[in-house]
Formats: sequence, C-alpha cells, structure tokens
Amino acid sequence: MDSLQLIVSGLANGCVYGLIALGFVLIYKATEQVNFAQGDMMMLGAFTALGLANDSHLGLPFWVACIGAVVIVAAVGWLLERTVLRRVFGQSQLAVVILTIALGFVLRFVAGTIWGHDPLTLESPIAGVNVRLGGLVLGLDEIAVVLVTLLLTAALFAFFRRTKLGVAMQASSQNQLAAYYMGIPVKRIHGFTWALAGATAAVAGILFASKGSIDPNTGLLGIKAFAAAVIGGFGSLPGALAGGLVVGLIEPFAARYVASGYSQVAPYALMLVVLILRPHGILSQVHGKKV
Amino acid sequence: MRVQLKTSYHHDIRLFPDARRALRFAGLVALAIALPFGLDDFLIGEATNVLIWAIAGMGLMVLTGHAGQPSLGHAAFLAAGCYVNAILMERFGLPFLASFTLAGIVTGLAGVLIAIPALRLHGIYLAIATLALSVLTEDIIVLAEPWTGGVVGLVAPTITIAGVEVDRYGSPDRFYWLCLAVALLVTLGYRNVLRASLGRAFVAVRDSEVSAQAMGVNLARTKAAAFGLSCMVTGWAGALMGHFFFTFNHEVFTIVISIQLLLMIVIGGLGSIQGAWYGAIVVGIVPQAINVARDWVTGAFGGGGLAIPGIEAGIFGLILVFFILFEPLGIHGRIMKWRVWFDLFPLCRRDMFRRQKSYLRTERMR
Amino acid sequence: MSLLEVRDVSLRFGGVTALDRVSFSVERGEVFAIVGPNGAGKSTLFNLISRFCEPAQGEVRFEGESILGRPASGIAALGIARTFQNIELFEHSTVLENLLVGRHVRRRADIVSQIVFTPAVRREEIAHRAAVERVIDFLDLQPYREQRIAGLPYGVRKMVEVGRALSIEPKLILLDEPASGLSPEETTDMRFRIDDIRKRMGATVLMVEHDMGLVTAVSDRVLVLADGQVVTAGTPDEVRTHPKVIEAWLGADAGEAA
Repeated sequence: MDSLQLIVSGLANGCVYGLIALGFVLIYKATEQVNFAQGDMMMLGAFTALGLANDSHLGLPFWVACIGAVVIVAAVGWLLERTVLRRVFGQSQLAVVILTIALGFVLRFVAGTIWGHDPLTLESPIAGVNVRLGGLVLGLDEIAVVLVTLLLTAALFAFFRRTKLGVAMQASSQNQLAAYYMGIPVKRIHGFTWALAGATAAVAGILFASKGSIDPNTGLLGIKAFAAAVIGGFGSLPGALAGGLVVGLIEPFAARYVASGYSQVAPYALMLVVLILRPHGILSQVHGKKV
Repeated sequence: MRVQLKTSYHHDIRLFPDARRALRFAGLVALAIALPFGLDDFLIGEATNVLIWAIAGMGLMVLTGHAGQPSLGHAAFLAAGCYVNAILMERFGLPFLASFTLAGIVTGLAGVLIAIPALRLHGIYLAIATLALSVLTEDIIVLAEPWTGGVVGLVAPTITIAGVEVDRYGSPDRFYWLCLAVALLVTLGYRNVLRASLGRAFVAVRDSEVSAQAMGVNLARTKAAAFGLSCMVTGWAGALMGHFFFTFNHEVFTIVISIQLLLMIVIGGLGSIQGAWYGAIVVGIVPQAINVARDWVTGAFGGGGLAIPGIEAGIFGLILVFFILFEPLGIHGRIMKWRVWFDLFPLCRRDMFRRQKSYLRTERMR
Repeated sequence: MSLLEVRDVSLRFGGVTALDRVSFSVERGEVFAIVGPNGAGKSTLFNLISRFCEPAQGEVRFEGESILGRPASGIAALGIARTFQNIELFEHSTVLENLLVGRHVRRRADIVSQIVFTPAVRREEIAHRAAVERVIDFLDLQPYREQRIAGLPYGVRKMVEVGRALSIEPKLILLDEPASGLSPEETTDMRFRIDDIRKRMGATVLMVEHDMGLVTAVSDRVLVLADGQVVTAGTPDEVRTHPKVIEAWLGADAGEAA
C-alpha cells in the first residue's frame, strides 16, 4: 500500500518533469534549438497563474487565471522567439544554449522582482482534496496532473504525426533552407513553436504550483526535466514523458530504499548511464555524418 | 596598416609578433604587480577574485574555446581542486606548493577519467552530461562528509611558502601576488600549447572532426588531453578559490558557478586567451558597478537599503544576451574589429564585419 | 607488390549495396582515376580507405599490410592523405595553420615539453614550418598564407586542401573530385599540379573525378565504377572506347563525343 502511494506521487511528479521535458523536445523537434530556459518558463507560468488567481494579488477565478497564464506565457514564448532567438537564426546550437541560459537568468530576476523571493502557494481548488479509490487515498491534484499530462502528450503526438503543420515543423528543423524552398514559412513556424512550448510550460507550472509552493528558483527544476528528456531520447515526445515518469519514480524509491541523500543523485546518475550506453538517448535520432 | 616583415620561422612562433606588443604586455604585467600598492584591502581582494576567475576561465577556454567541447560542469572541477588542496594540507600536512600542484594534477586526472565516457558525446549532449556532473558534485560533497566536512565544510589552512605566510585576510597583497604568479604561468603555458602541435590539434578537432582524423589526429586522445589540461588549470583555480573564500562547503560550487564560468568566457570571446581575461574582468566589475549604481540611486532618491536579490545574475544574463545578439565574438572580437578599423582607416567598408546569413542544417547528423 | 590493393570489397548501407566485390590495385608512382556516375560508390570507396566506414567483406592492403585493423586517425601516419569532396578545412584557422595540422603525424614532443616549449619543441616547430613552406611554394599559396580560410575563394580552398594533404608527405594521396566547382582555368592549373605531385613530390595519386578531360590528361589508369561494381579498368583510351562504358554511362551516342 505504502509503495503504491509512492508510485502515485512519483507519477505525479514525473508528469510535471515530463511536461517540461515535452517543452524541450517540442522546441528541439521543430527548431533544433535547445531551450535551457524551459524550466524558468514553467516557473513564470506558475507565478502568472498565482498572480492572477490568489486573493492577495488579482483574485480572478481559478479557471480564468489558468487560461490567462497559459495565454500570457505562450505570448512570452512567442515574444522571446520574435525579439531574441530569431536573431541567432542559423547559428550553432551552443549559441542558442548560452542565450537561453542567459534568458533563464533574466526570467528568474524578473519573477523575483515582481513576486519576491519567498515561497508562495497557489490557491487552487484541486489542492488538498483527497479522493478515495478502494483503500487508496489519492490527492485530486495528483490525478489531475496525470490526466492533463496524458492528454497533452497525446494531442501533441497526434499534432506532429497527423497535421500538415506538424510535419512542416519537423521538416524545417532538419534543413531550414530546403524547408524555405518548399514554401514552409520557417520563421513563423519557429514563433508558433515557442508559443506552444510556452503554453506547455504554463500548464506544467500550474500543475506544479497546485502541488506545493513555488519560488523563482523553482525553474532549476528544468535541469531535472533535462535529465528526463535525455533519458527519453531528445527527439521523441512520448520518450520525454516516459523519461519524466522514470525520473519521477526513481526519486522517492531511491530516497526510501537507498538513503535520503540519493534521491537527488539518482536521476542524474541514471541520465549519465543512459548517455554513456546510448549517447543519444534511448530513442535515438542521430545518424553518422557523411563526407 | 602595419605590415610585419618576417625573415625567419622564429617570427611565426615567438610569443609576441612584434616589440610593440611585447612592451605593452610588459607594461600590463608591471601594472598588475604594482597594483596592491595603490589599493585598499577590499579592492585587492576584488582584484584577486578577478585573477582567480581568469585562471578558471582559461581552464574552461582551452576546452570549450579551443577544443570545442562545451562544459556546463566546471564547478565540479573547481570543487575538486579546492577540496583536494585543503585535504592534502590539513590531513597530510603537505606544504602549500606540493598540495597545490597535486590538486591540479589530481583534478586533471579526474578530468581525463570523465573524458573517457564523454568522448562519445557531442555538443548539446556533452553540455547536458557535464551539467549533470555539476549537480551531482554538490550531493557528492555532502555524501563524502568524512573527508569534505559535508554541509559544515572545511576551513582553508594558512599558506606558508619558504617561511613566508600568505593569508587572504592577514596579507591580501601577498595572496594577490601568489594568484598573479599562477595566472601568468598558466597564461604562458596556454600560449605555448597553442603554438605547438597540441593546440593545432585542439582547433582541428573543434572545426572538423572528420578531417582532423584524416590528418592523423586521434580524437579520443586529443579530447582527453583537452579535458586533462582544462581540469588541471580549473583545479588550481579551485584551490586558490578555497583560500580566497577561507571557508567553503557544498553550497559554494553550485551549478550557477558552472554556468557563470561558461557565460564569462563567451562574453570575453571564445577561442582566445584574452577572452578569458576580459570575461574575468567583467565578472569582477559587474557586482561593483551594481553597488555603485545602487548607492547612486539611493543617494539621489532616498529610500536606503535597496537590496534586490538576484540582480547580479539578472544583469549578467542581460549582458550576455546583448553579447550573443550583437557581438557573438565577445569583447575580444570587438577589440579586434576596432583594431582593424583603425588600421585601415579611412578605408573600412560599412559591411566589412557583417555576419553572413546562414541556415541551420540538422545537427542530428553527426 | 602494389602500393594499394583493394580486394573483393563489399559494403551495404541498410538494403542498398554501395560496393559489390570491388577489386583493383594502385601501383607506386602512377595516377589512378576512379570514374563513374553519381552514386556509383566512388566516395564510399575513399571513405573505406580512410577508415570512415567498415567493409562487410574484403581486404584493403597498403604496402602489403592490411589497414582494416587501424582507426581512421591511424591512416595518415602510414602515408595516406586525402582531400574531401565538400571541402573540410579548419575554417577559423589560417592557411598556414591548416597546413601545419598536416604535420601532426610527424610530431615528436610530448605534452609536458609542449607546455614548457622546450628548445627541442622549438626546433621541431621550425622544421615543420620549413616543410610546410615548401608545400606553400609548390602550390603558390604565398599570397594567402596568413589569411583565414573563411574568407578565401573556392578555388584557393581546394588548393589549400591539397596542400594540407601534401604536408603529411604522403606516399599515396586521395583526391576526391579535385576539379569539381573549379573554373576551366583552375581545372587546367589543377591538372599541372597533379602531374607535379607525382613527378616532384613523388606521391602516388588516387583520384575520383567527373571531368573526363582532366582524367584523360593526367591519369595512367582508370577504373570505371557503376552501381558499386567495377565495369572495366585500363588506360584512359581503352576505357573510353570500351563498349560497356559507352553504353552504361556515357549514353549510346556519346562515344564519339568523348
């Protein structure tokens, strides 16, 4: 029973990691950029929802606040692409990595200035409500996290597989020039992708905030989500979710069965093992370069 | 435009291309040596901080700037150097010069060990793996409590070199000179590597792995050498950092330090020794500039005690965004452009330094 | 004993057969050309010799010894140098530095003495520079020696690649389409260079080339490859008049034109 409880809370945590990882993969799949600020966008989403919903701030109804946060962070993502990332269009991945790390610093600073550096809690109707399933006591927040994540992943997966836009996004990432020639509006697609990643980050942020308190450094969670994305193979959406779940599950179990200090270590150790054994993640997309 | 007339192969491999530059460098060194006489203890400390960052920056520069292997985990090697040095002095009673040298060597060997699995990783994956390394280091320091003192940390013992005591607080000028000596030696060694075959092999691996191999450059060995040298120098910087902080625990060498180190060399200009120095100066100046600005703001508008946590990182991030967008070659690149502009004056064309438009081809092909 | 011997080599990428039991041998001092339509497996053959890919079967011998056990970075040391079809130079370095990388296999000094820059390292560096300077003179690259690759015209880059390969002081040099993308004048220039590489540098040349004029002018023997199989081999004239070649590659009525 006890370990079942662990599994459920691990799954719920894992879903949040998975959602952030989903954002990484989304941007990577469509633009071949790696967004190190994804965790900070998640933090921004959480704070925006909090700022809209909490009584001490704007005090809007919860659902309105949620939609508002998703729209706002999506707009932030789009703006970032439009004003900053578009200028490094076509440059090396490392330039983008460094740029997004710097953007993460800036986002953290902005959030800290607006909402302060003390931990805050989102007043959410699903927090603290328990659901009894057989002998099992589950938090409604945890169930919501799992459900929303599954829905979002499935929707995005279908989007990349089935829609014309999704396929165009993949094409534009692999050869920008060729995609241009085929009439794909590469730049507009990049903007759209960042908006989508922003929306995903906002959802992750709201879900995370309804499970506990947040502060500007919450964005560092993104590093853990990175581990998840890598474990799942960087280019795969279901892989990202799977990686997130693995990381979410391994944490409580490492803490319980090894020692509490190891719950932090386990995800990264696992990621290093995966990287060493399969240098490009479990669901690899990398091929040898031709000369 | 200055033209050098080269009459022997020595001209291509000496340290300074012409007497003017040698003189300028000598002047800078003289100024650096004389610096403590004109500054108070606090500013000497800040100058020392810049020197230590410059050493660490050179350590990362050789790996990322020259061998092209990004690392987001160099705080791990700073920590390794710091702890090894302190433990060797404290537990084994080694004199500073011995423990310091060993700290670098041990860290360098650790770097080579880590390079072995890392050899299979490229670009972004290497960056992520080293990032994980940095995260793990904090936890490993806590877990290795019997040696590292865990969350309580260690105290750096006093340095004695040939009977002279060097103490961060007691004699900041001597500590400054010690760091300056290390920094200059590292700079010299770095320059030497760059003008020999190893430096060329680094650049070859960075620019084209395929043709480097066809030229007989062994990728694994070259990357391992880059990691080894880089980590050795970073370890030395870490050892000095330990003495600089006086006390340290797991919270000193965080991931933020790793990231800041990488951002620093990007601001300075990747692929040049000068870049590491410029970056270190920026890192040293930003907090001071913020302090001055804050004093000015509170002086002008009142409302004292205006303290914004996180402002340093925020401003640093903004500076970096600015550089990546407008001067990706960093401060060093900017200075080189100015130099060319003055040399060619008034013949410089407006579009001379315009970046060529480029399109990204997938990097999934590796 | 032939300098290079390729025997029964086959290679498959997934379901595609890139090379199918290809055999030929290159003699010391000759210029040997490989021709064939796109996708015939010419570049694959080069990549095989420089150990960038692994044959499914067969044997490659250089001076009588198998090279298949060696890593890609161990080939230059044997005295095999190569150029690339789509120039692979070190973009941010100068011409001189690029050529100096070619001296990598001739280095002696260990890491520590390089860091200290001992007098021995200094002497070695000067020897390398003297050797590279000979190549620069040989290829007339003096005007570009201090310039970065990134700003150089295409034809010069091609020549720098040849120079970098020559800096190895190779016994065998593999040229992958040396004339592709060059103007007619530059192609003529390249023709004389290839002649000189053989005569004055004493290196054997193995090249892949589409320009039949160049091939006919410089090569002693030609191998025709199509769909990963050897069609025929012989002197340029023999090959040009070979019925199978005319039919399979140049087209039915191209015999007289060629």
